[in-house]
Amino acid sequence: MLKYTLQRALLALAVAAVVSFATFLLLNYATDPAYAIAGEDADPAVVEQIRQTYGLDRPIMVRYLDWAGGVLRGDFGDSYYWHKPVAELVADRAPVTVALAVSALLVTIVIAIPLGALAALNPNSVIDRFALMIAVSAQAIPNFWLGLIMIILLGVMLPVFPVSGDDSWRHFVLPAFVLGASSVPAVMRLTRTGLIEVMESDYIRTARSKGFRGLALLRRHALRNAILPVVSVLAVQLGQKFGGSVITETIFAINGLGRLALESILGADIPTVQMLIFVFAMVFVGMNLLADMLNAALDPRIRIG
Amino acid sequence: MSDQALSRPADSEALEALPPTPRQVILRRARRHRGLLIGGVILLALAAVALFAPLLAPHDPTAQSLAHRLLPPAWAQGGKAEFLLGTDQNGRDYLSRLIYGTRVSLMVGFGAASIGLIIGVTLGIMAGYFGGLIDHAVSFLLTAQLALPGLLLAMALVFIIGPSVWVVIAIVGVLHWNYYLVVTRAATMRLRSLDFVAASDAMGASAWQTLSHEVLPNLAGQIIVIFTFELGIAILAESSLSFLGVGIQPPTPSWGLMIAEGKQSMFYRPWLVVLPGIALFLLVIGANLFGDGLRDVTSPQGRN
Repeated sequence: MLKYTLQRALLALAVAAVVSFATFLLLNYATDPAYAIAGEDADPAVVEQIRQTYGLDRPIMVRYLDWAGGVLRGDFGDSYYWHKPVAELVADRAPVTVALAVSALLVTIVIAIPLGALAALNPNSVIDRFALMIAVSAQAIPNFWLGLIMIILLGVMLPVFPVSGDDSWRHFVLPAFVLGASSVPAVMRLTRTGLIEVMESDYIRTARSKGFRGLALLRRHALRNAILPVVSVLAVQLGQKFGGSVITETIFAINGLGRLALESILGADIPTVQMLIFVFAMVFVGMNLLADMLNAALDPRIRIG
Repeated sequence: MSDQALSRPADSEALEALPPTPRQVILRRARRHRGLLIGGVILLALAAVALFAPLLAPHDPTAQSLAHRLLPPAWAQGGKAEFLLGTDQNGRDYLSRLIYGTRVSLMVGFGAASIGLIIGVTLGIMAGYFGGLIDHAVSFLLTAQLALPGLLLAMALVFIIGPSVWVVIAIVGVLHWNYYLVVTRAATMRLRSLDFVAASDAMGASAWQTLSHEVLPNLAGQIIVIFTFELGIAILAESSLSFLGVGIQPPTPSWGLMIAEGKQSMFYRPWLVVLPGIALFLLVIGANLFGDGLRDVTSPQGRN
């Protein structure tokens, strides 16, 4: 287990290094940060001045190492746009996005797992077909459009939940539903196929012959094994929720990291964009690592084999 | 049944009872597969709309008319027969914009899915065929790519480089190759252990010859299936970018952009948001149903 954990952790570190370097290169070569600060039609002399003040005249490798060294000390540089430390900006906005991502994942779990389980227990039934239809349609609905339709329907015709802002838990209901809906197809399909596979296995037949039926069979025997792949996918989906927050937060006027991302991109605020991409990637990597560890803890075949 | 056929080759009835060729099996399955047919019809119809847009659109999609701003659809109160689905905030005919929007979506979809195909299939075949260090390197690249927040990176790059149709196609394509890679890598590994590939190697074919003549043709089916899914994914990605203002720019009629433009008055004129969304939904579900069906009828075990 220790060796496995170490291997995974090393891989995560390597991914962090490569991802941050690739992002740094892309963002700094696709544009000239000095012009991004000064504005498009700035005087070349001013731009040169900025280049020296911000240290942009140094080679890219030096600048990256400088940035990476800062990151290790928790310093992500200063925002060009808000003129504040980027880390401070992100820390201010992060709690809202974490709350949104976690509640979105809860929505996914509450919808997808029961639906997938029902479909698996009654293959080719009406429920199964209904679940498949939901999965196929949900995959084709643009997330931002679903959000707007919810606002039109629920915000005006049936105003139960507020459609903009992040002041109370009630503000999170609709955004969490919209953000959570996008993961329903993947999680539902996986629950269904996993459970069907398990239900056909020998040990379930044994349990059945011992008299286990219905929920008891599901809870004590089937779900434990069927849930393994679902757990890793849920962790990965939680990681993706942060990236998906850009759209949801923009539509529902939530002041989290997603909005910050859009604002900083439109403001060509490269240090903020750089940090957000890095943080989102690290959340994803961390969630993957967590899923691997969980799977290893639950399934002895992984940690030994 | 086949024994009988072999023993009486002259009997025409027995000949007909010969097991069908794989092609016949696939065609028969395809005719019975409802999803494949529905998806195929939707895709063909929308491709025709895109192709014949100039003939089908009643108006110029970018022609503005202040006298005809924000008209409702023709059947609603205040609607005009001249503008079947109403007009937008600049008085442009909504039906014509929707029709031309099909072109943008399909162009981005095909372009981006093709770029992803080239990158993903090349990497996947190389990793699967050569194995070893190359496989490790490619797998690591995949892990890193999956970690990147795709939408955010696409937004940043498109905005920084300068939004245009071609930039959107390039960026969306460059960020969507992982699915091709995973599938072709596994399939190439499996093929590599089969006799005909080993025979090609043994006869002295170069790696390039073996890959292009023996491996690639056997992957074509799976690659086409992924392509249809990626088509839908790329179309949704473009619409998200355009909706956020960092994709296709006005006055080009992109469905995502039209939804963004209609958002300001969506409470009073919901059709401005609803209609392009339905168009997007139709196109993407068409591609997905077609891909699902294609996978079902071409997989050796088949489904149903």
